[in-house]
Amino acid sequence: MTSSVIAKLPRNYGAVCGFLLGAVVLLVVAPAVLSDFRLSLLGRFICVAIVAVGIGLAWGRGGMLTLGQGVFFGLGGYVMAFHLKLADAGPSGVPDFMLLYGSGQVPVWWEPFRFPAVTLLGIVLIPSLVAFGLGIAIFRRRVRGAYFAILSQALAAAFAILLIGQQVTLGGFNGLNGFRSFFGFNLYDPVNKRMLFYIAAITLLVMLAVMWQLYRSRYGELLIAVRDQEERVRFLGYDPANIKLVAYVLAAAMAGIAGALFVPSVGIISPANVGVVPSIAFVIGVAIGGRATLFGPVLGAIAVAWAQTALSESFPSFWSYFQGALFVLVIAFLPGGLAALVGRANVLRDAVQRRLRVGARVASPSVASDTGNLVPPEPGLSGIRAGSETGQ
Amino acid sequence: MSARRTRKRLLSGVAVLMVAGLVSAGCGSRVGASGPGGSSASSCVDTSGNSVKIGFLNSLSGTMAISEKTVHDSLLLAADQINSSGGVLGKQLQVISEDGASEPTIFAEKAGKLISSDCVAAVFGGWTSASRKAMLPVFEGANSLLFYPVQYEGLEASPNIFYTGATTNQQIVPALEYLKQKGVKSLFLVGSDYVFPRTANKEIKAYANANGIDIKGEEYAPLGYTDFSTIVNKVKAAGANAVFNTLNGDSNVAFFKEYRNAGLTPAAMPVISVSIAEEEVSGIGLDNVLGQLTAWNYYQTINSPKNAAFVQAFKAKYGQNRVTSDPMEAAYTSLFLWKVMVERAKSFKTADVRKAADGVSFDAPEGTVTVNGANHHIAKTALIGKVGPDALIHTEWSSGAPIQPDPFLKNYDWAKSLTG
Amino acid sequence: MQALFSQLVAGLSLGSILLLAALGLALTFGQMGVINMAHGEFIMAGAYTAFVVQGVVADAGISLLLAIPLGFLVGGLMGLILEATLIRRMYHRPLDTLLVTWGVSLILQQAARDVFGAPNVDVRAPTWLSGSINIGITQVPAARLFILLLAAAAVVGLSLVLKATPLGRRIRGVVQNRDLAETVGISTRSTDRLTFFIGSGLAGIAGVALTLLGSTGPTLGTSYIVDAFLVVVAGGIGQIKGAVIAAFGLGLLQATFEYSTTASIAKVMVFVVIVVFLQIRPQGIFSVRTRSLA
Repeated sequence: MTSSVIAKLPRNYGAVCGFLLGAVVLLVVAPAVLSDFRLSLLGRFICVAIVAVGIGLAWGRGGMLTLGQGVFFGLGGYVMAFHLKLADAGPSGVPDFMLLYGSGQVPVWWEPFRFPAVTLLGIVLIPSLVAFGLGIAIFRRRVRGAYFAILSQALAAAFAILLIGQQVTLGGFNGLNGFRSFFGFNLYDPVNKRMLFYIAAITLLVMLAVMWQLYRSRYGELLIAVRDQEERVRFLGYDPANIKLVAYVLAAAMAGIAGALFVPSVGIISPANVGVVPSIAFVIGVAIGGRATLFGPVLGAIAVAWAQTALSESFPSFWSYFQGALFVLVIAFLPGGLAALVGRANVLRDAVQRRLRVGARVASPSVASDTGNLVPPEPGLSGIRAGSETGQ
Repeated sequence: MSARRTRKRLLSGVAVLMVAGLVSAGCGSRVGASGPGGSSASSCVDTSGNSVKIGFLNSLSGTMAISEKTVHDSLLLAADQINSSGGVLGKQLQVISEDGASEPTIFAEKAGKLISSDCVAAVFGGWTSASRKAMLPVFEGANSLLFYPVQYEGLEASPNIFYTGATTNQQIVPALEYLKQKGVKSLFLVGSDYVFPRTANKEIKAYANANGIDIKGEEYAPLGYTDFSTIVNKVKAAGANAVFNTLNGDSNVAFFKEYRNAGLTPAAMPVISVSIAEEEVSGIGLDNVLGQLTAWNYYQTINSPKNAAFVQAFKAKYGQNRVTSDPMEAAYTSLFLWKVMVERAKSFKTADVRKAADGVSFDAPEGTVTVNGANHHIAKTALIGKVGPDALIHTEWSSGAPIQPDPFLKNYDWAKSLTG
Repeated sequence: MQALFSQLVAGLSLGSILLLAALGLALTFGQMGVINMAHGEFIMAGAYTAFVVQGVVADAGISLLLAIPLGFLVGGLMGLILEATLIRRMYHRPLDTLLVTWGVSLILQQAARDVFGAPNVDVRAPTWLSGSINIGITQVPAARLFILLLAAAAVVGLSLVLKATPLGRRIRGVVQNRDLAETVGISTRSTDRLTFFIGSGLAGIAGVALTLLGSTGPTLGTSYIVDAFLVVVAGGIGQIKGAVIAAFGLGLLQATFEYSTTASIAKVMVFVVIVVFLQIRPQGIFSVRTRSLA
């Protein structure tokens, strides 16, 4: 037992410190330092970061490169938007755009979202159920790797086209917008906007805590095993399809929650937020931060979103080059993301640890695989391996 | 220390932080406390010095950059001209440009930045309806002003937006009247699958219904769609007198190439388009659109001293091969209209400018335009044009006098069924 | 009857466009397992090649015929550079090639914007390709017929290269068992490079052909890339005939759905059909049994 505790200790300290630091920065420092405008901007980045945490689970740990998270983000966002539109509708109970462009009749399937409880449930359940249905179909038939990535991307494309076509019931290309209140609170009030930021920040922290537990659990190790050697896990008597399904559904639920938080803080959800390009954009941050680490996806997502805002203001054309080049360089030459740099710095510490760890649990999740997900889960022992792998 | 204890400590620490966060945030006003649309945010516009800031918000990157860059260019030209002739109320304009990146959420974000961080007196820009809809709550929430320079589908009149492009009764309706005059008895509707074509086609169908015009078909293609063989097959089979085209962007290129390849000509079945302006003609290929019709409120070929000066100044600043088009002219005009409003109000404050707006008029390149204070649109003259061999558009027909804006089509009997 | 026939032609024509766009991918993805998201930008490069050639040679007909081999060269060379600098390092990481090449496609798109300007450019069609040709009871636009023939020529040419030339034998050998091929003295490196050159070159040809139908602009490639990948996925790995059947199948499906519903709904329905189809045949229409152990 003692040896296992010793082996775990440094990793835990890292996660705990990172977590506490994140909590202090988000809940204390940021609100104190940033203006209302910058704070709500950070709130928007946090929504992207929540999606990134989910992608980190599905892709970094599970090997499923999902290029269609925009779909789930959109589902959560639209469900929230249904409720906000209905709540703002006024005495007639019909949202403004339906009066203008449609028949003035609220479709039956909008009606349940008048109730806040149904809406909150829907935000989590609808993306999860859709992911569950798709996941069963895809994973059971062992569609994986590139096939899965391409299918998920086509799904995002199809979903955006479908939404754009529904002018009367879903707002079409314009999407749903013009929200005035959020569960009874006036959205124009700066104090309430700050409140939205806190909700998003706390949600992110909760998600991270959940992930942290999950990564350390037996399931977390099985997921990595499936990523690296699906067949061997099957021979051991597990069903890899189920293991992948859980990760995929969880990632979808997170994207849904992020979408729901995004809507009130930005004030619009439209097909432009769910298509192929935003879906890939979600992946960029994860890849750059470090796909298989706990904090990498979050930091990467926030950094990329911030860089886009900062750089595209002054150099719109330069931003495209920068984004492309960053993507190429990090993925081709530093597949572990920026987190792997930290890992390399820790090589020395690892050498010491490895000596201590003789006989301890060998649950190193960093085995290179045929799907190529060779990325270390924590800044830790894997720096060397990632290094040797890229050199090939 | 065990992992478990670590976890406990961690959780209690986070809980404390969360509570602290919530307490410090407190709770804001409920709905109705200050009233939505009210000016709960105080303006930070600084007019003490000898300059005043304004914001230009156009997509300089992404898919819409093709169009919006030209609007940005003409806004800069207008700002230059205003500054060199003494500014507004004696203050030089200090332009802050932002990139909307062709994404509605970015438009909303940047609008917020321009208003609350840069403290601009007014913002000029936006193109797609989605970008305008995304910005609308931002401007209403902060009680600031947006000048929107593009023709659109109407059905909107925000107290915080001035619409200097055409609404449907200044573009779609005159186009239909022109076609009716020419003896068109049947129409085929082709459009991109989004809000403007769908709304426009609803109005076209109501008009056709009341005027004995037969609608032979109605087809929508997804935005950016490039294979029009099926749609052109349907158009050809239906055999209408004319085609009403509300396609947007790249789809026009594929549509017109297919249309010509299928042997359809402007003489036999003319296409009237509402989204093809001077700068799109060369991309589609002059051969493919030669002799086709367009409906706008401005063409580069308008013969007036004011327009000649505008075209000349634009070419001098950006190059002789550049052309001017309707949205560019509407953007140029919007800055001058704001100047006149501010000078009439003798104030940069939103409420004062809004009060002074009614009846403000400006001798624009398209002719004299007048602001309607009730719905914040402007009275404009409608022009039907034909694409000529010089790749410019020449006026075929004019409504003669400026048409009063009517974004909700309240004054048209045939439109009663539309807005209920 | 006439409507049916003209829709059949529309479907075949759409199929031939999809095939041209996807043929190169079927080679590089199917045979080498490389997912090249920049394939769409190679198509775009081919289209701009046609534009540049037309600037030099004024006659639209001659410039088109010149642009086809030049487009192949331009696309192929770009592919070669991409392979030599990036992809060669990543053969064991197929998902990462997807992301890397997506970054490359962003850069190429912006480069096109900076070099040729953001607005579309006009590539004139030769007079003998504008207008229609009467076939039986319907008329077929000449440009579409030309693309159909071009696609057929590309498939025949590629099959001949794969079946009957020493290069083709090497490619097939490497696909079936890389290690064994290397053991018998085939240079897998140069085979990989050549395969990538041919695959990317085919994208260039597709780009030249597409100028006859649509717009030539920086985003040209993005409108085809997702559809092209769907063709490859539905067609199955490693055989050209899978891609041929999938392309024409999807083209006909799209044309049929589009005729009875709308273009938007048709696109969504085609996607649903593909997902259902992959339930029945997860490996696509055809899959080659490789002799490698992995």
